[in-house]
Amino acid sequence: MLSLKEKDRPIVRKLLCAGCCVRCVLRFCCVGTSSAYRRSYQDLHKELLAFISEENSPQSHDASGEEKSSDAPPNKRMRIDEDSVTAAQTDSDICPVCLGVLQDFCDPSFAEQVSDAVKKQQYEFDSLVLTVSLPAQLSVREHSCWLHVKKEVREKSMCLGKDDVIQVKDAFKWAVQGKIGQELGAAVVANSPCEVSISFIHPETEEDCHFLAHTCPDCFKPTKNKASVFTRMAVVKALEKISEEKFSRHYPCPPKKANTRCTALDTTCLHTSVFIAGRYNKFSRELPQTPWVIDGERRMDGSVEELIAAPLLSSFRADGFNFSSSGREDVDVRTLGNGRPFAVELLNPHRAKFNRAEIKQLQETINQSSDKIRVRDLQIVTRDATSRMKEGEEEKTKTYSALIWTQKAIESPDLEFLANIKDLRIAQKTPLRVLHRRPLAVRQRLVHSMTTIYLDKHHFTLKLCTQAGTYIKEFVHGDFGRTKPNLCDLMKTDADILELDVESVDIDWPPAIPD
Amino acid sequence: KIKNINFQISDGCSLLKNKVSGKSKRGGQSLTEFAPLCRITCTDEQEYTVFSCIRGRLLEVNEAILNKPDLLLEKPSTEGYIVVILPKFEESKSVTEGLLTREQYEDVLTKRNQQEPCLLTSICTLKLLTESLLNQPLKLKKKTS
Repeated sequence: MLSLKEKDRPIVRKLLCAGCCVRCVLRFCCVGTSSAYRRSYQDLHKELLAFISEENSPQSHDASGEEKSSDAPPNKRMRIDEDSVTAAQTDSDICPVCLGVLQDFCDPSFAEQVSDAVKKQQYEFDSLVLTVSLPAQLSVREHSCWLHVKKEVREKSMCLGKDDVIQVKDAFKWAVQGKIGQELGAAVVANSPCEVSISFIHPETEEDCHFLAHTCPDCFKPTKNKASVFTRMAVVKALEKISEEKFSRHYPCPPKKANTRCTALDTTCLHTSVFIAGRYNKFSRELPQTPWVIDGERRMDGSVEELIAAPLLSSFRADGFNFSSSGREDVDVRTLGNGRPFAVELLNPHRAKFNRAEIKQLQETINQSSDKIRVRDLQIVTRDATSRMKEGEEEKTKTYSALIWTQKAIESPDLEFLANIKDLRIAQKTPLRVLHRRPLAVRQRLVHSMTTIYLDKHHFTLKLCTQAGTYIKEFVHGDFGRTKPNLCDLMKTDADILELDVESVDIDWPPAIPD
Repeated sequence: KIKNINFQISDGCSLLKNKVSGKSKRGGQSLTEFAPLCRITCTDEQEYTVFSCIRGRLLEVNEAILNKPDLLLEKPSTEGYIVVILPKFEESKSVTEGLLTREQYEDVLTKRNQQEPCLLTSICTLKLLTESLLNQPLKLKKKTS
């Protein structure tokens, strides 16, 4: 039974007169019980008619002498007092306020249709959140209907705040979410990584909003990319600003009936991104970290990110990915040791739940796919965990191993002094090789420590531990003297770097996963 | 021997005032092939003007050679560079292809029968710089002793 009160009677009558559907009537009577909206249209209609006829039971006289009991068939026209009430039926009469959203679309058949569309896209989930998108003009019609009812209510010195009225969106969700949840075997909740979106449009009444552009021009700023200037937000804002009197002059209260009902666009699903983190080794000196494409042409085959992301994309059935890492290395530099931390954001994954063993298996798949890279500590992480990785890029130290050539002949003792240099301050102008895509600046960096391994008269291995962001190659050859001091200065000879390896990236994220 | 290097070519125009900002290097002077970069005065009072020879945006002037002019002769291929110029992206290929190799340049000189040692070094330096500005990683060559 609906919990309608005496004071609701004139509202119900007025709304049914205007041709409103039964659920919109309930909304304006502030019926907040979700189950009410799930009752069948016929059921609600019967009860509403009975409700308004209650007042007239003992004394009213009707010219036609029709029975005014609650058993009267809902199809018949009912005349109560002098008002003529046209009951809004299901298909023939479209509610002028909700434009049909709270009529046919609340039937179980539509909920089944939505569920089938979701099932077809093959997502795996155990909960979902329903989002509903309504055409902007519904706000205008709602406002108009509210003003219409307000007049009536004020006469009886009552108060009906706009916020007390139940929103169309909420009523719709209450009506359908039970059935959708049942069909999909998932709980429909307020917050879930899986979002099912139902959108309605109503081309016939699109111009309903246009008068607002004249009355409140500052609410509607033309934007280059949006198709229509009449966004829901802009319309709501304008309705807040416009005076009741002005609104009534430009728009009929109650709203005029429409000839068509809303159309439902295809149901769409979106799953929030899943983040996979790990550490990678790069063993090839001919592999870029990201795809190397110039003018649409691939300059080098493969990339670290593609090798890592490909198996992930297919297992998680994601639409795309974003790869990020704690710094990066050049094509010709290997990454050894524990490897470099990275994170892959998988966009709209159709499958998101993986246990430890399955992730381990994924790691194996990646490692088997190529001998150019290796991945360890693969794990699912939260979005904010990735900021920890980026902090490593700025703050943490890295260690390197470089093969050095010297022009002058050297002996082992000539290298000893390098091991005694601690926290050497160097100033690096932006290296010429990156100057085309980086601003010109001077970077102060620290070379914390160095050790050497003598190889022959013109070669030795230099191991260094430096501050994050140090350009190692430039420190060795000096970059036309734009990095000072450099190894050539220190050793008083021309020198160049033949090979470079990253030995470690000193950041303790992501947490190690023991084998 | 070099006595002095002056980047002030004309009144009110000193390349030293060049200042670039941002990734797109805004503020850098646009240079044509005929733009003078600096005037070199040697101890024998001979003056040589070094011209840009390529079109592009001036990014950097090497102030180190102001204090140590000898760098131009001692380390022409490294620390003795004069300026850094960034050609327009669309023109970078044509600019590099328009440069002469060392052998080609010496050929021209022999035919002209002039001695301009300073100019020779600056052209070679220009070639090195423009090459490194194209999208190539620094080639790590195996050097033989």
